[in-house]
Amino acid sequence: MQAHLEILAIAAVIAVACALPGTLLVLRRMALLSDAISHSILLGIVLAFFAQGGLDSPLVILGAAASGVLMVVLVEFLVRSRLVREDAAIGLVFPVLFSIAVILVSRHTGSIHLDVDAVLLGELAFAPFDRLEAGGADLGPRGLWIGTGILALNLAFLGLCYKELKLSTFDAGLAAVLGFMPGVLHYGLLSLVSLTCVGAFDAVGSILVVALMIAPPATARLLTERLGLLFALSAALAVAGALLGYGLAVFLDLNIAGSMATVLGLFFALTWLAAPREGWLARRALRRAQTRRLAGDLLVIHLLQHEGSPTERREARVIHMQEHLGWSPEFARGVLADALEEGHVTRMDGLLHLKPEGRQRAEKALVHI
Amino acid sequence: MSSFLQDYTLRMVLGGVLALGIFSGALGSFAVLRRQSLLGDALSHAALPGIVLAFLLSGSRATGVLLLGAAIAGWLGTLAIRAMVRGRLTREDSALGIVLSVFFGLGLVLLTWAQRLPGAGKAGLDKFLFGQAATLVRSDVLLMCAIALPSLLLLVLFWKELKLLTFDAAYARALGLPVERVEALLTLLLVLAIVIGLQTVGVVLMSAMLIAPAAAARQWTDRLSRMVALAALAGALSGAGGVLLSSSAPRWPTGPAIVLCASLLVVASLLFAPHRGILWSWLRFRRNRRRLDEDLVLYHMLQMAQHHAGRLDHPHARRVIQSMTPRADVRPVLHSLEQAGWVRRREGDSWSLTSDGAERALSHRAERERPPS
Repeated sequence: MQAHLEILAIAAVIAVACALPGTLLVLRRMALLSDAISHSILLGIVLAFFAQGGLDSPLVILGAAASGVLMVVLVEFLVRSRLVREDAAIGLVFPVLFSIAVILVSRHTGSIHLDVDAVLLGELAFAPFDRLEAGGADLGPRGLWIGTGILALNLAFLGLCYKELKLSTFDAGLAAVLGFMPGVLHYGLLSLVSLTCVGAFDAVGSILVVALMIAPPATARLLTERLGLLFALSAALAVAGALLGYGLAVFLDLNIAGSMATVLGLFFALTWLAAPREGWLARRALRRAQTRRLAGDLLVIHLLQHEGSPTERREARVIHMQEHLGWSPEFARGVLADALEEGHVTRMDGLLHLKPEGRQRAEKALVHI
Repeated sequence: MSSFLQDYTLRMVLGGVLALGIFSGALGSFAVLRRQSLLGDALSHAALPGIVLAFLLSGSRATGVLLLGAAIAGWLGTLAIRAMVRGRLTREDSALGIVLSVFFGLGLVLLTWAQRLPGAGKAGLDKFLFGQAATLVRSDVLLMCAIALPSLLLLVLFWKELKLLTFDAAYARALGLPVERVEALLTLLLVLAIVIGLQTVGVVLMSAMLIAPAAAARQWTDRLSRMVALAALAGALSGAGGVLLSSSAPRWPTGPAIVLCASLLVVASLLFAPHRGILWSWLRFRRNRRRLDEDLVLYHMLQMAQHHAGRLDHPHARRVIQSMTPRADVRPVLHSLEQAGWVRRREGDSWSLTSDGAERALSHRAERERPPS
């Protein structure tokens, strides 16, 4: 039980630590840099293993994070040279760093205790066995300390530069003019993303860091337009997804990181479908209501056009609406029902007549059209 | 070399990577030009659950079945991305990131599920993560060719449409081209290219096989047909190079070795390609700067000469010329002007214009002082 609780605590801390910078990445349309960085840090981690035999000291963690920043610098260099566009530059650099790392691991499988599968896929289940001890006292799992430290750094960066980040995210030009140094913020953010990837890699693995960074903010984005709320919602969704995913994985005996990513994906799919304003269902309902409304306008305009004219007996027949306006029978019935209910038309001897309210609506609609 | 080619495994692996390199290079050109390089990355990750599901549903580990699953999952991935991007709040980068990570996560979940089935083992499936070229057998290579050749034929048949879509989609639409369908064809071909690479380089590195050969080829030409051909060549070369590298030393995984070779080709192309390459631009920059300095020095010498009663061959001390041209060291400039016959060295370290040089300076001055049109 203790182990489960510790794993849940680590998962929650890592989830929040990922979701915060992830929100900025999503807003700045740099979501895929998280994927590239999370692959690139493998090289840093492997080199750190060569140098120190593990990821124990904070210095080594920083060193590993540096390889993520190196990736960003290389991409920027390629883009500056104008020989390759940004998407291709990203796609060129991270596979190289990743390949070098994989080759190094394979060449030295004897001397290096590092499993590429574990780096990519994560092994949260083993996290409670790696304890941090000081003077013989057990301080809890190391992963929890590392995660908390990174979360604190992310929170500090956000707290200190909130205004600057907000401005440079939504109006980079203005931020530069005002002297907010968007470049420094950019590199600061990406350095933190690298660091977070390193911290998260043994919990969820480097590929699924991407799920924790991107899916919660993209989901939250469908629910709110306020930046503060976006951060809070992203963090909450990430924690919920991580915990639920862990529960599912334990219950069904599945890969933990994969199950977390799947749950986060489900969150996104459900929100995409059913979000109150921006969901697919809501947008479809809105589109239908607008179509019906416009059809109602057309109906009263049509009646107004032929009101009192010799053709009225033909044009105002209920059945005629279908033919003339090309509506399906159900649609026509629906539009007519709306108009009758709103008291804009009445029906007499199979003919439709405008009521004064209907006439007003037709005249108003004509002006609009 | 001949004993090398008699090795069955090696021959199969070589055949497989050549088919893969040629096809992914050709298709990757379109992806790179359409700025969809990272679509390949997302789709190759998205193929994983398809592979595992195909195994779970059919119980078969035949490559054809698994790759069919991969293709279907990849296609579903493109549909998911398109649906997401259609709403206005999810941008393309987020959509790609979500499809990549969530599909991959689902694949891992299914993989752990499949591994628990009696007799399943993991050997058959996890080779798709990083690829295991050594497991290629004759039927696999034939299957890869059977996918690649008709796809290349489609590429040739619809060449004009694909070209138009790549460079001017709006114009293609205005001409009445069924843009959506051509786009779907291109995406389908991309998915197929990914599918035939999964067994060799794996889902994680497949995107590099699409991007790197195309990015290398782009540096050498501005023509689409040449770019596609060069990219196919680069793909084949890096495939062969990677196989040679990994067979020459123990424990060199083939997939990463191929990616490394392709990346070396990219670096070489970025540096040395004529016209576009970094070395080329640097040389051009230097040449232009030298020419500018020469004109500047001639101009200044003409200005000074005219202060001396218009005697164009009046000598000027080098220090004076230098003080008028603070941007550059005038010594090498004067020497190259002397070689061109435009200036002449006089007694001490002083210089004067020759008649040719004066003529050139005058014509340049006329150009310089002409009011802008």
